[in-house]
Amino acid sequence: MILVETHPTLDDAARAMSGDAAYMAGGTLVMRAVNEGQGPARLLRVSDPNLRALRSSGDTLTLGAGMTMANVLSHRDLAFLHPVARVVGGPQIRNMASVAGNLFAAHPYGDFAAALLALGARVIPVGQGSARNVEDVLRDRGRAGLISAVELQRPNDPRNFGFLKISRVKPKGVSVLCIAAYLPREGGRIRGARIAFGAMGPSPLRSTGAERALEGQALDATSIARAAAAATEGLEPPTDQIASEWYRREVAGVHLKRLLSGMEHS
Amino acid sequence: MNDMTSEGPMVEFRKDLFADERDDNLNEVGKPTRRQDILGHVTGRSPFFDDHLFNGLLHMRCARSPHHHARIRRIDTSAAEKMPGVVRVLTGRDVPVNLNTLLSLLDFGLDDEPLLSETKVAYIGEPVAAVIAETEAQARAAASAVHVEWEVLPHVLDVEEAIKPGAPAVLDIYPNNKFVYHGKYDHQKLRYGDVDAAFRGVDHVVEGRYQMSPIEQAPIETCGAIAAPEQNDRYVCYTSTQALFFSLGTAAKMLKIPSSRLHFIGGTVGGGFGGKVDSIHEPLAILGTMLTGRPVKYAWDRAEEMQVGAPRGAERWYITDGVMANGRIVARKFIGYFDAGAYTRLSSYAIIKGVGHLPGPYTIPNVYADVFCVYTNRTPATAMRGFGITGVDFAIEAHMDKIAETVGMNPIELRILNAYRDGDMKAHRREAKNCALIECAQVVAEKAGVTLSPEFKAATSMTGGGGARAALPAFTATDEDGRVEGFAATSYAKKSGASSAPVPGAAPASRPARVQASAQSPARPAAQPASPPSAAPVHTADPADKKPARSGAMRFSSLSGFRRR
Amino acid sequence: MAKTPVTFTLNGSAKAAFANPGQNLLDFLRREVGDLAPKYGCGQGTCGACTVTIDGETMLSCLVLAQAVEGQDVRTASGLATGATLDPLQVAFMDHFAAQCGYCTPGMLVSARALLDRNPRPGREDVIEAISGNLCRCTGYEPIIAAILAVANGKARA
Repeated sequence: MILVETHPTLDDAARAMSGDAAYMAGGTLVMRAVNEGQGPARLLRVSDPNLRALRSSGDTLTLGAGMTMANVLSHRDLAFLHPVARVVGGPQIRNMASVAGNLFAAHPYGDFAAALLALGARVIPVGQGSARNVEDVLRDRGRAGLISAVELQRPNDPRNFGFLKISRVKPKGVSVLCIAAYLPREGGRIRGARIAFGAMGPSPLRSTGAERALEGQALDATSIARAAAAATEGLEPPTDQIASEWYRREVAGVHLKRLLSGMEHS
Repeated sequence: MNDMTSEGPMVEFRKDLFADERDDNLNEVGKPTRRQDILGHVTGRSPFFDDHLFNGLLHMRCARSPHHHARIRRIDTSAAEKMPGVVRVLTGRDVPVNLNTLLSLLDFGLDDEPLLSETKVAYIGEPVAAVIAETEAQARAAASAVHVEWEVLPHVLDVEEAIKPGAPAVLDIYPNNKFVYHGKYDHQKLRYGDVDAAFRGVDHVVEGRYQMSPIEQAPIETCGAIAAPEQNDRYVCYTSTQALFFSLGTAAKMLKIPSSRLHFIGGTVGGGFGGKVDSIHEPLAILGTMLTGRPVKYAWDRAEEMQVGAPRGAERWYITDGVMANGRIVARKFIGYFDAGAYTRLSSYAIIKGVGHLPGPYTIPNVYADVFCVYTNRTPATAMRGFGITGVDFAIEAHMDKIAETVGMNPIELRILNAYRDGDMKAHRREAKNCALIECAQVVAEKAGVTLSPEFKAATSMTGGGGARAALPAFTATDEDGRVEGFAATSYAKKSGASSAPVPGAAPASRPARVQASAQSPARPAAQPASPPSAAPVHTADPADKKPARSGAMRFSSLSGFRRR
Repeated sequence: MAKTPVTFTLNGSAKAAFANPGQNLLDFLRREVGDLAPKYGCGQGTCGACTVTIDGETMLSCLVLAQAVEGQDVRTASGLATGATLDPLQVAFMDHFAAQCGYCTPGMLVSARALLDRNPRPGREDVIEAISGNLCRCTGYEPIIAAILAVANGKARA
């Protein structure tokens, strides 16, 4: 029988966390487990409205962990993330699903997490402890602890960030795969390429092959072709009801090429 | 008032009655009208089965097989019974008549499927126990605590593998995983003319293999029923079923209760598409009510609806056509396999329906079909949109395109050339009437911008049929292939009341298949006699238990086309 | 079993009922409060048949903890009509055959109403996005889109 605890702040909830408890933000993941009889013994939730706040300081954007996809879509300052938030679930899910919660969404979900990975975002943990890269959190989600905010740098040119979700059903459908690409330029060359795939592994993962092909290059047909060819290096896409490993491997480079071709600019 | 003729009843309009209050013009085409139930839909008041509140409602959930195929060594419900909120745990021995087949209501087929399995399971999700608890969450938790000792058996998931000698016996009341038709054959036959003779004189032989996977109906409302005690010593049952009378009859039979004690309320179905005809929920919900004295709800969750709920069954078709150079199809041979899954349900009937449809809307002078109802360890199949027909139509139309390509003909013109016309004799020996394929094809061509030559533009369904095309073939080749012994003739198509039960003591055996003259046919099942069943089937129908022969009020003939003239 | 009292507003009326531990809002509304309009289709947040609004935002009641709506304004399809006067969307759905089995309809209407409340003149793509979280297995969606656009374009009957 489930015990539900409502705490006034995240700090209180963090203190109450234990092995048999789970934190519930928007509920889109946890409540499904509860409905299917797979819920935790204790469910912790927080009633603090500040969890949804957006703070910006210079180029640093701090998204409250509880910000929903709809909240993201309502902020002009986050316009570069709108293509991502817009394709998470349907309208109802977007009113519920949180930025931090998406980091814990099991395959095939986690489109927003893929975008955060590409943007080099960091999570601010609750209580003490320094910010951690999203990449580290995704690698070891079971030990992540509670998150109070997600911090990232605003792209100096929003055109350097691109996102593409591939799904059979549109506008709302689960990903066959998604791609987030962040390609900052310096003097016309890519510096610090980050390309993240969603639904191509147990969690969102970077495509080191594509990044290597683009690093230091101009973004043009040649470098794009090389990136597409190297897209799935080191990746082991899953086979599930949505697509087979073979299919994901076949189309990943094709879709990457389309995304990158749309990001070419002077 | 109704004039029964060989054409069917004529409609007589009695315009004199209540003349000043009625408009019998029947002119509805072109006028806006509303569905009679849509006001309820838009106000949220349409009463789906679950839209009824009961004080003290209990919830039922089943413990299910995780294996494709397994023997049950032991079912231990003791842990489940002790869990919080659990009122009762049912197993097969709580079910008064724990074996049924849906069409037994029409005297067609042997009882083969338990409500709650006791000795073995033959598909993933097959229920073996039903937990009844105060809340759905408690029922769910307790169902996981039912402990079953399984002896996993080899399984088979492909129709052609399932009929090979030595394949795992999915349903052992029939030999070699094939339903027995008419007490005589391991398949349904259609014989019209002589395809083998015709093949010898054609310009092209075109072969094709077509496969359709199971398709889940996926209604937004899952299947379910709520049963409760009612006054006058009755049980009321609200159900999602599409087949209210089937469900009532099945519940009455399996619970050994007169149907007069059952009050079934349905009619508001949240999407059926054929998937809500299997009458599984009502007997269990009512049984739960009978044994607890309280209202009981038994409904599938979404995972069960998709995995355990019966889909349209997979089909595989081999079609071999003999075609002349001008595109005339003179012979068509079908070998078809319906994947019934682990139990018969309605698949046997789907084939009767499908075979009556062959060879499709075309006049072909020689038609042959062998269609098998095959048991595999997949989820039992049931009806879905165009039940029995849609799958073979896909195969037929894909094949027509292949023929058009072979003879170098416009595929629409090929169809018009071979289309049936009014007055033609059809392969199941009935005259074609009100044909319209030609007209449909012409409209399609026009809308798709396909030019038809004048001859095909001028064709009509009303001309060119009948005459020589109305005659039955002079000779029809028949055979005894797939003959099965040991099954008594069924009352289906006969009024004797004898059942399709295996004759006790006789070993069912298959005669060797006749060697096919045409090398083009796909391999038939190898000629080997089937081994006798290891034990007399527990569920052999004792003639003493059989209901008395029906007087004929329940004729299956109109469904099958065997009506005598 | 320790139940939790929940006090909230349902379709404009004050309500109070007790929620079981872990009970979702859909089950709570149907069983404890008696509003049968929102429906169970999946329990996973995929089908939208359970759609309600909470403080004006559409949400999936099967994924909302019942006690989380304490003090909030919940609206279901039952609240669309005012007495015997139907919402124009309800009339439009009837006129455009936007329902067949009717099971997705309550959730669909809530999503449609929420769209028109925030955007009275949506285009076709806006309508499609607004109902993209509500599955329908019967109509093929076109009659639903037509009904919503008819209301938006002022072409629906009063």
